[in-house]
Amino acid sequence: MMVENIPVEISIKALKAGDRAEFARLVDLASAPIYRLGLKMLGHPQDAEDVLQNTFLKAFQSLPNFEGRSTPLTWLYRIAVNEALMLIRRRRPQVEIAEESQDESDGLPAPVQLTDWCCLPESDFLSAEARQALDAAILALPEKLRATFVLRDIEGLSIHDTSDAFGLSKTAVKTRLFRARFRLREQLSTYFGDRLEEERAK
Amino acid sequence: MKHQHKQECQELLGSISDYVDGALQEDLCRELERHLAGCEDCRVVVDTLKKTIELYHREAAQDVPADVRQRLFKRLDLDDLLHPAR
Repeated sequence: MMVENIPVEISIKALKAGDRAEFARLVDLASAPIYRLGLKMLGHPQDAEDVLQNTFLKAFQSLPNFEGRSTPLTWLYRIAVNEALMLIRRRRPQVEIAEESQDESDGLPAPVQLTDWCCLPESDFLSAEARQALDAAILALPEKLRATFVLRDIEGLSIHDTSDAFGLSKTAVKTRLFRARFRLREQLSTYFGDRLEEERAK
Repeated sequence: MKHQHKQECQELLGSISDYVDGALQEDLCRELERHLAGCEDCRVVVDTLKKTIELYHREAAQDVPADVRQRLFKRLDLDDLLHPAR
C-alpha cells in the first residue's frame, strides 16, 4: 500500500522550523497520492495539478499551525480534500444541493446487479475502455463519497486515518465507504456484465 | 420462504463492507459466512464488491508526471531541491 511508503521520519520539528529541504522531501513523498486524489476527484489532469499545487502552498503557509496530532500525510490529505471539494463546488454549485441529500439518506438500497463478472479474462480489466468505465463510475459518485473511497480504497488509508483526514467519526466514514463501494459495484457490474455477455457470445 | 430469505440478505447487507475489510466481529462473520454458503446472490455481491475495490486499488501505482512535478517545485520555490525522479 502506498501509505507505507511515507516514512515516519519526516521531522515535524524541521518542517516547522522552515527547513526547506525537509519540506521538499515531504513534497516528493506525498505528491503522488495528492495528485491521484485530485485526478480521481476532478477527472482532469489540469485540475489535479491545481489541487496538488494549492495543497502544498496552503500546507507551507499553515505549517506554524500544524500541531502534529496527525501524520504529515493525513494533514496534507485533509487540505487536499478541501481543495478538491472547493474546486468542484466553484464549478457546479447547483449540483451540490441534490448530492447532499443523497449522500446523507438512510438505508442501503438492495443490490440490483447480480452478475458474477469476476471470471472475466484479465485483459478485459486492463483495457483503456475499462479504465474509462472505472473513472466514469467514480466521477458519478457524490463528492464526499468519492473522497472517502479514494482515501480508503485507492490510497489504502486505515479507517482511523481516513476519519482523521475528514474530521469525521469512524462510523460516519464506514457509512460513506460502504455507500460508495456499493454504488461503484453496481456501475461496474453493468459495464463488466456487458463484457461477460460479449465473451459468452463469442 | 423466498421473501424471508431476501429479508435476511438485506439485513446482512450492512455487514458486507466490514466483512471484505476483515473487520467484522467474529459472530457476525460466522453468521454471514453461513448465509453466503447458501445464497448465490449474496456470494456474487461479496465477490464483485471485492473485485471492485481491487480494480480501483491498482490505480494507486500511478505517479506524478515529470513535468507536473517540475512545475510544482518551481511554484513552491524549491527548484534548487528538485532531485531526479525516483
